[in-house]
Amino acid sequence: MLELRDLRVSYGAIEAVKGLSLSVPKGKIVALVGANGAGKSTTLRAISGLIKAKSGKILFEGKDITNWPAQKVVRLGISMVPEGRRVFPDLTVYENLLLGAFTRTDKAAIARDLEAVYQLFPRLKERRGQLAGTLSGGEQQMLAVGRALMSDPVLLMMDEPSLGLAPVLVQEIFALIKRINESGKTILLIEQNARAALELCDYAYVLETGVVALEGPGKELLRDDRVRKVYLGEQ
Amino acid sequence: MSTHANKGTLRIIVVAAVMVLLLAWAQGDLRFIGIGPWDAYFVRILNLAAINTILALSLNLVNGFTGQFSLGHAGFMAVGAYTTSLLVMTPQMKKVVFFMEPMFEPLDRICIPFLPALLVGGVVSCVFGILVGIPALRLKGDYLAIATLGFAEIIRLILQNVRRLTNGALGLKGIPQVVNLWWTFGAGVAVFLFIRGFVRSSFGRALIAIRDNETAAELMGIDVFKHKLLAFAISSFVTGIGGGLMASLLTTIDPAMFKFPLTFQILLTVVLGGMGSLSGSVIAAFIVTFMTEFLRVVDEPLQLGAYTIHVPGLRMVIFSALLVIVVVFYPRGLMGNKELTWESLSSPVSRLLRRRVAS
Ligand SMILES: Nc1ncnc2c1ncn2[C@@H]1O[C@H](COP(=O)(O)OP(=O)(O)OP(=O)(O)O)[C@@H](O)[C@H]1O
Ligand SMILES: [Mg+2]
Repeated sequence: MLELRDLRVSYGAIEAVKGLSLSVPKGKIVALVGANGAGKSTTLRAISGLIKAKSGKILFEGKDITNWPAQKVVRLGISMVPEGRRVFPDLTVYENLLLGAFTRTDKAAIARDLEAVYQLFPRLKERRGQLAGTLSGGEQQMLAVGRALMSDPVLLMMDEPSLGLAPVLVQEIFALIKRINESGKTILLIEQNARAALELCDYAYVLETGVVALEGPGKELLRDDRVRKVYLGEQ
Repeated sequence: MSTHANKGTLRIIVVAAVMVLLLAWAQGDLRFIGIGPWDAYFVRILNLAAINTILALSLNLVNGFTGQFSLGHAGFMAVGAYTTSLLVMTPQMKKVVFFMEPMFEPLDRICIPFLPALLVGGVVSCVFGILVGIPALRLKGDYLAIATLGFAEIIRLILQNVRRLTNGALGLKGIPQVVNLWWTFGAGVAVFLFIRGFVRSSFGRALIAIRDNETAAELMGIDVFKHKLLAFAISSFVTGIGGGLMASLLTTIDPAMFKFPLTFQILLTVVLGGMGSLSGSVIAAFIVTFMTEFLRVVDEPLQLGAYTIHVPGLRMVIFSALLVIVVVFYPRGLMGNKELTWESLSSPVSRLLRRRVAS
């Protein structure tokens, strides 16, 4: 469904992604793991059109979408939960969710998806009239996920959805990702929490300073010595 | 549900009726039953307040709702004011006013009614807004502030130097005074309702999203540039209209009127009322207009026994001090980004009533 070929992205003189190739098959959960500054967020930003690639190709369902502007990429059905929540603080929960459906026009379908999001996150339904800026951190994260779902994406990209959540909530969010995937959405996931991500995903890429260092099915990487030492902190 | 809606409609009808009666009284249209008009100076201040409301609302749309920083209001006002004036002035008056150098043909013979002239003024201002906005809004960051500041200066230089179009530094005189309270308040209400409708639509929601977080707004599929440009174009149009009304109210205009302090005063009004609050802008425009007028007294020489105190400019000092005090107590302006609602108006009153009844 999504394929990156030799992608390179730089911020001025700093090259953050140095020739990355990966593919995300339809219906699967693919994880990107790696140390801080490895280029994970940069990769997602390039896919979603927030920054330009220096070279390489981004293919979505066979179509070359390299350097498309963000608003066109969303319309293809790619939506992203950005790093660090980024809800709209001056708008209510309900208005945030409506903005998630900004590109859509079918009112009935939007209402149906809104109900589905409320069902996924009953907390958001209780607080639908509350300003998003006054939600707790965890609630904002739920809102960011709910908002991304409101565009009815085929590919959902999540940048560290568990960041800053209490352990109970982390488990909940992983269970949720599984459920979202089972409802038919393909998922590209970035996680610091490598163990949980590798357990959850179908396939994973380990990034090191802008290139793929290792790849394989999640369960296999979990058994890999190097991964266990560097990313899972085992002796 | 339907009684709720009826109550709302009833309120609007009552408010509109009261406003129409008051305006008719003030304007002198109720003379036939022996009341009005109000004091001419007071009516003039009311007119100014209504025009300042229009200007504050249009600035708030860009600076408050969209989170862009425009500093070119004086320039857009000038474009509206000059365009409208040049279109409504009679050919005879133009001959008299342009005595240094004759006016360009065929503009010297053109004379159209006020309403179309006002609208043309708005449209011309809007075109300038788009021309400034296209390059400035494409870039991220505060380029709009720089571009609009430069634009306003350029406009002023043009007004001063293209004498055969604008009569240079001497300005224009004898602009027909068409506007009265009906015009200024009519336009004020129309602008208020228009901008309110706009910011409450999904378009307005997108503007607030852009202000809150531009990157996340892009991820929602919002065309950030298009939205900013549209908001800015509407704002320029409305500002041009405000300038045209102002010109017709004052009957004389000159380039020196449209310097930065004018923009600054409108900016202060918006900040005082609350960035992102339309009702705040309305309230603040009235407060600021009335205060600047009433404080004129302190600029007059004051006789205290044998001493005469005369501090020119004291008015602005007092005015600024009052503003500082307000901002200390209300750092986000009088209204923050909230709107005045019936509930917020009636709850203190009803609370007071209930206390009376209880005691
Ligand atoms: N806006 C920017 N300007 C300059 N350099 C940047 C910018 N954003 C990221 N970088 C650099 O690019 C590199 C990759 O950053 P990126 O955010 O993609 O890392 P990451 O893998 O998501 O890390 P983390 O796990 O900490 O979120 C880092 O070295 C970072 O300093
Ligand atoms: Mg990151």
